[in-house]
Amino acid sequence: MAEVLVLVEHFEGTPKKVTLELLTLARSLGEPSAVYVGAGYDTAKAALAEYGAQKVYIAADADLDNYIIAPKAEVLAQIVGSASPAAVLIPSSPEGKEIAARLAVKLDSGVVTDAVGVGDGFVCDQSIFGGGYTVKSQVSKGTPIITVRPNSTPPEPAPATPSEEQVSVSLSDAAKKAKVLERVSEKKGGRPELTEAEIVVSGGRGLGAAEHFALIEKFADSLGAAVGASRAATDAGWYPHQNQVGQTGKTVSPQLYIAVGISGAIQHRAGMQTSKTIVAINKDPEAPIFELVDFGVVGDLFEVVPQVTEQIEARKG
Amino acid sequence: MNIVVCVKQVPDTYEEKKLSDADKTLDRESVEGVMNELDEYAVEEALRLKEAHGGEVTILTMGPEKAVETIRKALSMGADSAVHVVDPALHGSDALATSYALAKALGTIEHDLVILGVESTDARMSVIPAMLAERTGAAQLSFARKVEVDGSTVKIERQTDTGYDVVEAQTPAIVSVVEKINEPRYPSFKGIMAAKKKPLTTLTLADAGIEASNVGLSGSGTSVAEFAARPPKQAGTIVKDEGDGGVKLAEFLASQKII
Ligand SMILES: Cc1cc2nc3c(=O)[nH]c(=O)nc-3n(C[C@H](O)[C@H](O)[C@H](O)COP(=O)(O)OP(=O)(O)OC[C@H]3O[C@@H](n4cnc5c(N)ncnc54)[C@H](O)[C@@H]3O)c2cc1C
Ligand SMILES: Nc1ncnc2c1ncn2[C@@H]1O[C@H](COP(=O)(O)O)[C@@H](O)[C@H]1O
Repeated sequence: MAEVLVLVEHFEGTPKKVTLELLTLARSLGEPSAVYVGAGYDTAKAALAEYGAQKVYIAADADLDNYIIAPKAEVLAQIVGSASPAAVLIPSSPEGKEIAARLAVKLDSGVVTDAVGVGDGFVCDQSIFGGGYTVKSQVSKGTPIITVRPNSTPPEPAPATPSEEQVSVSLSDAAKKAKVLERVSEKKGGRPELTEAEIVVSGGRGLGAAEHFALIEKFADSLGAAVGASRAATDAGWYPHQNQVGQTGKTVSPQLYIAVGISGAIQHRAGMQTSKTIVAINKDPEAPIFELVDFGVVGDLFEVVPQVTEQIEARKG
Repeated sequence: MNIVVCVKQVPDTYEEKKLSDADKTLDRESVEGVMNELDEYAVEEALRLKEAHGGEVTILTMGPEKAVETIRKALSMGADSAVHVVDPALHGSDALATSYALAKALGTIEHDLVILGVESTDARMSVIPAMLAERTGAAQLSFARKVEVDGSTVKIERQTDTGYDVVEAQTPAIVSVVEKINEPRYPSFKGIMAAKKKPLTTLTLADAGIEASNVGLSGSGTSVAEFAARPPKQAGTIVKDEGDGGVKLAEFLASQKII
C-alpha cells in the first residue's frame, strides 16, 4: 500500500487530537507515516504508535522552531522527494494551511484546503460558502496536498510499531527570513481547544460586559466545552481574539454548538454552520441564528443560562 | 517604502453565491462584486505606513473586467496607482495558478513590501500570501495584527492559536493582516474624484510574461468533480422561556444523550 504522510500538529510534544484523526483517516487511504517536526518526539511517540503510524519521520533540529512556516514546508518537501508518498495530509489550522501553501508551490502540486472527508482516489469533500454547497474536489497535478478540518474523522486506535527515520535538514536561507523573536501566550487555561472541542459554548454582545462571560465559562465547564465568542464580544475586549468564531476567527465543527446572545450574522455563521447540533439562546425571536438551530430558547440569557447550568450539574448528581 | 497591496473582488457577503453548472466555477457575473472585506484592512495598513514613512502604494488585482470597480475603491481610499491583470485565459485559476500569475505581475512593480488580507471571503483558503512568499523568495510575515517598519526591518505580531509571536524580517517581505489591525477608512468625496485620474495599468498574460499553460482551469492543480447545494435545514424546535427555558434546554440535551 502506498505511503500517506501526516504532518503531526503538537503542543510541546503532545499531539493534538486532529493528528490522531488524520492518522485514522490515512489508514483508510494507505499506509500512514507521521512527520514529526520540532523537539519533544519522546512525548509524542506512544500516541503516534497507538493510532497506527507505520513509520515516523523525525526532524528535530533546534533551529526549526525559530522560524515560521517555511522550515516545515522544507522538511515535508524533502521527505516527499525521497519517499514519493501517495498524498500529504495536514491539519487545517492557520499554520497548517500556510505550510500546505508553500509545499504546493515547492512541488508544483495542487492543494485542497478544509476537506471534511477524503475518499478513494483522494477525492475530497468540502463544505463551501458557509455550508451552502458540498463539493467533491481533487488534486489534478502533482502529489495531492490536503488540509483536513479537525473533527472530520473520529479518531480510532490501531496500535502499530512504527519504524523511525531521523531526517536531517539544512534549512535554506529563504526559510530563515522570518525570525521569531518572542512567543507570547494569552491563552485562557484549562478548557479544550476551540477547534478540537466536542462542544462549544459561545457568547456574544448580549452578554453586555466582560465579567458576564463568567456565566458562559460556568455553562461551558458544566459540559466540558470550549468557550467561543462573536466578533462583537472580542472587539469589545470581553474575550480574547483567539476565541473568536467566524469568518475571521476560528472555524469550528463540533457535535454541539451553543450560541448565547449572538444574533447569527453571516460572518459568524461562516465559522459554525457545519456544527452537528446547534442551540441558541436569544431574547429576540427574529434573530437569524434561530434559522439554524435544532433547539432554540427565546429568552433572557441571564435567566436561562444559570438555570440550564444548574440543571446539568444536578443531573451529574 | 513602496508597497503593493493585493486586493481581490469577491461576491458580496450578503448575496447568495452560486456555482456555475457549465464549468463548476464561482459565478462571478450574476452577483454584486465588492472588495474582499479583509483586503480593506490591507489597503488601510499600507496607507498608514505610507503616511508614516513615505513611498507609493500600488494596488494589484487579478480578476475579470468588472474587478476594476474594486480597484477604484482602493484608489479612492488613497492608493496611488493600480495594476489589473485581466485576461480570459485566467478564468478558473485555482490558488496555485493565481499565486503564479500574481508573482509574475509583482515582478513588474518595484516594491519593498506586499500586503494582503489573510483570507478571501469566497475561496477562504488563506494560502495566497504564503504561496507568494514561496514564489518570490520574500520573507513571509503573515497573520499580522500589528506591523512596525524601521528602515528595512519589518516586525509584526503574528496572531497564533494561543496568543501571538513577534516575528521580524528584512524587506522585501510579504505581509498578511488580520481584521484586528486597524479600522479601514471610508473613501472621501475628494478621494473618489481623484481616483478617476490615477494611473491604472492593465496587464494581459503576454504583458506580464504569464505562461497560459500554468493558469486557467487547465493550468490549475485542482479540479471540482461534482457539487450539490445543501438541502435546507429542517426547522428546529424553538421554545419561549416561561421560567423553564433552562430546564427545557437541559431536557433537549439529555434527549440527545449529550448530558
Ligand atoms: C470583515 C468582517 C469580518 C467579520 N468576522 C466575524 C467573525 O469572524 N465572527 C463574528 O462573530 N462576527 C464577524 N463579523 C461581525 C458580524 O458581522 C457581526 O457584527 C457580529 O457577529 C455580531 O456579534 P453578536 O451576534 O455578538 O452581536 P449582535 O449582532 O449585536 O447580537 C447580539 C444578540 O444578543 C441578543 N441579546 C441581547 N441581550 C440579550 C439577553 N439579555 N439575553 C439573550 N439575548 C440577548 C440580541 O437579541 C442580539 O441578537 C465580521 C464582520 C466583518 C465586516
Ligand atoms: N485574484 C486576486 N487578485 C489579487 N489579490 C488576491 C487574489 N486572490 C487572492 N488575493 C489576495 O490573497 C489574500 C488571500 O486569499 P486566499 O488565499 O484566496 O484566501 C486575499 O485577501 C487577497 O489579498
